[in-house]
Amino acid sequence: MKVSILQFPGTNCEYDTEYAFKKLGADTEIIWHKSETIPDNTDLLVVAGGFSYGDYLRSGAIAKFSPVMKAVTTYANNGGKVLGICNGFQVLTEAGLLPGALKRNEGLHFISKHHHLKVQNSDNIFLKELSDGDIVNIPIAHHDGNYYIDDAGLQELEENEQILLKYTDASGGVQNPNGSVASIAGVCNKNKNVFGLMPHPERAMEVVLGSDDGVNMLKGFFES
Amino acid sequence: MIKAIVNVYLKTGVLDSQGKAVHHALDSLGFNLVEDVRIGKQIVLQLDETDREKAMSDVTKMCEELLANTVIEDYNIELV
Repeated sequence: MKVSILQFPGTNCEYDTEYAFKKLGADTEIIWHKSETIPDNTDLLVVAGGFSYGDYLRSGAIAKFSPVMKAVTTYANNGGKVLGICNGFQVLTEAGLLPGALKRNEGLHFISKHHHLKVQNSDNIFLKELSDGDIVNIPIAHHDGNYYIDDAGLQELEENEQILLKYTDASGGVQNPNGSVASIAGVCNKNKNVFGLMPHPERAMEVVLGSDDGVNMLKGFFES
Repeated sequence: MIKAIVNVYLKTGVLDSQGKAVHHALDSLGFNLVEDVRIGKQIVLQLDETDREKAMSDVTKMCEELLANTVIEDYNIELV
């Protein structure tokens, strides 16, 4: 299992992501954004979190024009598996690889805390180790995590089972930290090979650090 | 030389949290005449171009490709 992790100027979660996938037994490689190719043997490409290009203009807006993004788009369009976490999710929506957009949090504050999430659709490679309705406890850390999609787009996401995770309280009740439409925390594309979420599963790998619920999420990408 | 002033706002119907917060603040200052507040950003471009039509068409492309995210934002362009 080879995991390639993208690094833009301002990315800051690439080493946590590397730690998480190495812990699960993967080979990892960090790919600088100026690279025009991604390694041929890549099984999973991760767009890691952080503040690419200082979030200038809009989060993820400048990163989508980095040289490596052409290779990412080709890789995704050929069915390659792509995971965008936090800023990586923002980059993938800006690049048009995932539907919707991320707006400033409704309460205008940067939110950094553990939050419960409910698995909405587990019939995809990412969440296959979990079941619909499972609750996980995963850190969130974002200023622009307020997921927006129009009514028609939301209906399409629901019909195609593209909503991966929703923010909830510990028992699965409604709790929306940032104003996201339908409390959405993560989505995938129609073909279910491109995934994006605002919460950080790579920061939930050790019980001693508050939660290891990220293990069962990221494990999904490995052959079972 | 043409200067292009681009204004980018959240679309009508997309909640503008900053606008709402400022509206509340204006209300509490006693400016009760304010009915709505929208906050956007202004991008000023100095262009090395004299043909207004060409400038407008290029700046429109810039807006569609980069300056605005048309999933959530509208833009308008003024040439001066």
